[in-house]
Amino acid sequence: MNQDTPTSSTTEAPATSSGEKIITINGMHKWFDDFHVLKNINLEVGRGERIVICGPSGSGKSTLIRCINRLEEHQQGTISVDGTELTHDLKNIEIIRSEVGIVFQQFNLFPHLTVLENVALAPIWVRKMPRAEAEGNAMKYLERVKIPEQAAKYPGQLSGGQQQRVAIARSLCMNPRIMLFDEPTSALDPEMIKEVLDVMIELAESGMTMLVVTHEMGFATAVAHRVIFMDGGEIIEEKPPREFFENPEHERTKLFLSQILHH
Amino acid sequence: MAQNQAQQAYSPGTHPDLPPPVRTTGVLGWVRKNLISSPLNIALTLASIWLLWSIVPPALNWVLAEAVWSADTRKECWALMGAPRDGACWAFIRGSFKLFVYGWYPEPERWRVNVTFLLFAITIFGALRENIPGKKYWLMFATAFPFIAAWLLLGGFGLTPVGTQKLGGILLTLVVAVTGIAFSLPIGLALALGRRSKLPALRAVCVIFIEFIRGVPLITLLFVASTMLTYFLPPGSTFDLLMRVLIMVTLFASAYIAEVVRGGLQGLPSGQYEAADSLGLTYWKAHRLIILPQALKISIPGIVNTFIGSFKDSVLVLIIGMMDILGLGRARLNDPEWLGLAPELYIFISLFFFISCFGMARYSLSLEKKLQTGHKH
Repeated sequence: MNQDTPTSSTTEAPATSSGEKIITINGMHKWFDDFHVLKNINLEVGRGERIVICGPSGSGKSTLIRCINRLEEHQQGTISVDGTELTHDLKNIEIIRSEVGIVFQQFNLFPHLTVLENVALAPIWVRKMPRAEAEGNAMKYLERVKIPEQAAKYPGQLSGGQQQRVAIARSLCMNPRIMLFDEPTSALDPEMIKEVLDVMIELAESGMTMLVVTHEMGFATAVAHRVIFMDGGEIIEEKPPREFFENPEHERTKLFLSQILHH
Repeated sequence: MAQNQAQQAYSPGTHPDLPPPVRTTGVLGWVRKNLISSPLNIALTLASIWLLWSIVPPALNWVLAEAVWSADTRKECWALMGAPRDGACWAFIRGSFKLFVYGWYPEPERWRVNVTFLLFAITIFGALRENIPGKKYWLMFATAFPFIAAWLLLGGFGLTPVGTQKLGGILLTLVVAVTGIAFSLPIGLALALGRRSKLPALRAVCVIFIEFIRGVPLITLLFVASTMLTYFLPPGSTFDLLMRVLIMVTLFASAYIAEVVRGGLQGLPSGQYEAADSLGLTYWKAHRLIILPQALKISIPGIVNTFIGSFKDSVLVLIIGMMDILGLGRARLNDPEWLGLAPELYIFISLFFFISCFGMARYSLSLEKKLQTGHKH
């Protein structure tokens, strides 16, 4: 794996943030029909904390972060985000969604809109921002992810790495308090992974609360405060990255690490 | 081996010139390659030439050279040709043209029909052009057009009222077809969304409606419109026959549009829905901005296919006695003065439908191309 990818950055040692919790998950279970995907998940995330979630495929890590902005519905337990509990109340769901950004593995940009329109859309229609202001703002975020010159193109004309950076800008434009990343580099060609990780590292340095599902262990080491290992729908182990990689406790963690680090 | 020997036999530069290869480009090359490349091809080519020779010149002769364009009766037509039926008697179509276009619409009020046709042309032009200034106002006008047209054609509010039974011919065909097309799109869209709704009751209503309408032939629905509805309406109330027919035709087309649009909605990757949701867009905004623009684009061929179908199906109203262009034309064939001129009539009607439908097909093709280039290189 690209262990040496994030060369440029060294964030301050993963000192966990102040005591304030922005996400609290308590005894949460989820089923897909008969299949028990998530089992008794308990997780607290502090404001400004950065968490990397890893695990074998099918371990429920994507499902877990998708529950946080209700793209998936949980059946038992509670999830509260910034003091608002996720229930069937549509108003709450909309509030949470406009405060939690998510970046998908497949980018999911809107192919019929230009890059600029993609980024400015939600501020205009959800935040009711005047178009000119929203577009100016969108340009600022496109500069932040280093592709302002692509603003007038359509997503289909960009490379995967560029599309993923646009997707990050589109989420950031809503000023989210939390950013979720669902395997953001898994669909990319190797030479494009770095440009996306660089943007994510820059974002981490700005103090954003981040939950990242990824197998980029270099990124985890450089940026995460905590690494969570999941298997079979359960959280098996959670530790600061250095300890996690050097001193894994559980057999399953050791096996997983040996599989992804040595090949 | 033979090649090697040939190469060895000459030192470089001393090989005598070979004949040039047979041409495979240009007209001659094409003819050589496609028409006379083998004995079988030569035979097929000769057979085709003979077939064309025996069909095309006589047909042109009948349609144009020997045709009579002005006469008052069939007999006059025959008198003007070498022998009766040597040519087409287009005088029949010319003489009946006003009837075919306006039906029995009162003579002094026909300017209203002309204004309607003109507004219709303007609406089509404005609504279909992509880059036209003030697109928003054009679309508003297009939405208002059916109501303006209804007022112009039927009167009231300052205009002399004209009964719907006076409508006929091309006017009636266009009224039925355009109403069906214009109203089936929004209704079909609503049905498609309803069928995918999370609310079970709404979904059930939409499914039952769509499946019922699709499961019954249009002709049956038209008979229901012309006869049965009067049993359900309170006695003494009159509900215009044309209005009933328009409702049936529209509902029929919207069931088909609903299924076409549903296909488009299912063709979108679920990531598009998730991305829209995750940005905090409400259901309606997500559909208006993200889902429908893409789903409708995918559905264009199916939608236009349905439109062309409804346009042609409008002739079925003749079965319940309404005189559209086909019904009126057939009635005209019984006129003793023009007896037996069916070929002229059907050529004319076919041409009318072909031009209308081919126009729709070409527009849909150009629209697809235009929307395509936006997304790819």
